[in-house]
Amino acid sequence: MLCCFTVFIFCPTQFHNLQELRHSASLANKVFIQRDYSEGTTCRFQTKFPSELESRIELTLFEETVKTLNNFYAEAEKIGGQSYLEGCLACATAYLIFLCMETRYEKVLKKIAKYIQEQNEKIYAPRGLLITDPIERGMRVIEISIYEDRGSSGSSSGSSSVSGSTAR
Amino acid sequence: MSAVMITRKLRKWEKLPGKNTFCCDGRVMMARQKGIFYLTLFLIIGTCSLFFAFECPYLAVHLSPAIPVFAVLLFLFVIAMLLRTSFSDPGVLPRALPEEANFIEMEIVLKKTTQSYFTNNFNVFWCLVNELLKNFQMNHIQWAVCRYLATPATECCCCCFSDRFDHHCPWVGNCVGKRNYRYFYLFTLTLSLLTIYIFAFNIVHVVMRSVDQGFLSTLKETPGTYPFKYEYILLLVCFFTLWSMVGLTGFHTYLISLNQTTNEDIKGSWSGKNRGQNPYSHKNIVKNCCEVLCGPTYPSIAAEKSSAPKDDPPPAAKLPPLASPETDAETSIIKNQ
Repeated sequence: MLCCFTVFIFCPTQFHNLQELRHSASLANKVFIQRDYSEGTTCRFQTKFPSELESRIELTLFEETVKTLNNFYAEAEKIGGQSYLEGCLACATAYLIFLCMETRYEKVLKKIAKYIQEQNEKIYAPRGLLITDPIERGMRVIEISIYEDRGSSGSSSGSSSVSGSTAR
Repeated sequence: MSAVMITRKLRKWEKLPGKNTFCCDGRVMMARQKGIFYLTLFLIIGTCSLFFAFECPYLAVHLSPAIPVFAVLLFLFVIAMLLRTSFSDPGVLPRALPEEANFIEMEIVLKKTTQSYFTNNFNVFWCLVNELLKNFQMNHIQWAVCRYLATPATECCCCCFSDRFDHHCPWVGNCVGKRNYRYFYLFTLTLSLLTIYIFAFNIVHVVMRSVDQGFLSTLKETPGTYPFKYEYILLLVCFFTLWSMVGLTGFHTYLISLNQTTNEDIKGSWSGKNRGQNPYSHKNIVKNCCEVLCGPTYPSIAAEKSSAPKDDPPPAAKLPPLASPETDAETSIIKNQ
């Protein structure tokens, strides 16, 4: 565990490449950040810090990531002048306009994908973590994969397969 | 030293278990049974062709050329809405991986974070969770097909499992869900208008001809005579379509004003003891209509590209299939055998 930690401190570039992270580290665990329904049915994720990440990443960085994502989704789902205009214009053209124009939601999703990629490269991959875009999980959860160095003996899961039933 | 994983860009829909058919690289998504959809197309195109061929020339000359022009625009809009409804992804959600389902199960069984999921004001999820907790057994909860959670063992209804599932419409050959509901509504609305339009001008046409030629001679000519035989077919088709389409449009207008789905209405999800608890409703008819018709257009999750290793392990198949979501979409649980 200590050597694994050392590896992360002194060789942050070891996992700089996300592909390398997948190849040279084994998946130890996954944490799922749930949706926050306290403010309604719009897409929002909880900012509660999972205990599994306590030793891996600072609370402030995690909260900032989740809050930024929440802001992006709020912007995408905002119902206001712009969305009404887009809706009415699209209806008037029998929605053919979407063949040549991206919807506002799609534009924001691209921004989110870019942001997650950037966060993974700069902050999460050096700490042996990987965020999966919520869209890949049906907007249900933010999945954070926790990787351990293959050489380390401190893995909580001995298996690199993703079936969680074996872990219990 | 580590094995090189062969990756290829897999479209999400290629991994999506379900009974949909896909075309055009996942851009077109329909249910398996398409027979009635072809019948719908045939009826609409056939009826309008008869109208354009046999009535529009007379009406354009004797009344106004704007009549056929407006009919053409309306017809094109109806077809566009029908195709859009039929070919759109209704909002199919990808199934949860086993580790996600297990994670959530652990959280709820241990009641570690139940309270943090929701406050007193918003208790829809709590209603669902309560139902689940009432029936769970110690070792395992199997998840219902509901809009928040799905497991790989979920057996989809007739063809798909979508967010805010409204109903499966055989006439459009697809399920109606969050993404394509507004197209479906506009289809029913404009088809009603088109039917009323054709019906009205059909009658106008008969009236004008009988004024020109005398009513009795019109009737004598009409049965079986070349253009007029088709007029009766038109009248008959329009008459029966009219009542069903206007009724359906009215029903869906009511649902939109409450921001409810057909599924929720049939099951009485927001009536009785849950009255006034619909979390999707803004409690304002205008706002509800604006959100449903002019709200943001949600992306198709099924059509998103995802790069996945070719040798991804298949989802755990040991959980038995669940009940059909059409009977108990929100609260059904299958007990672990």
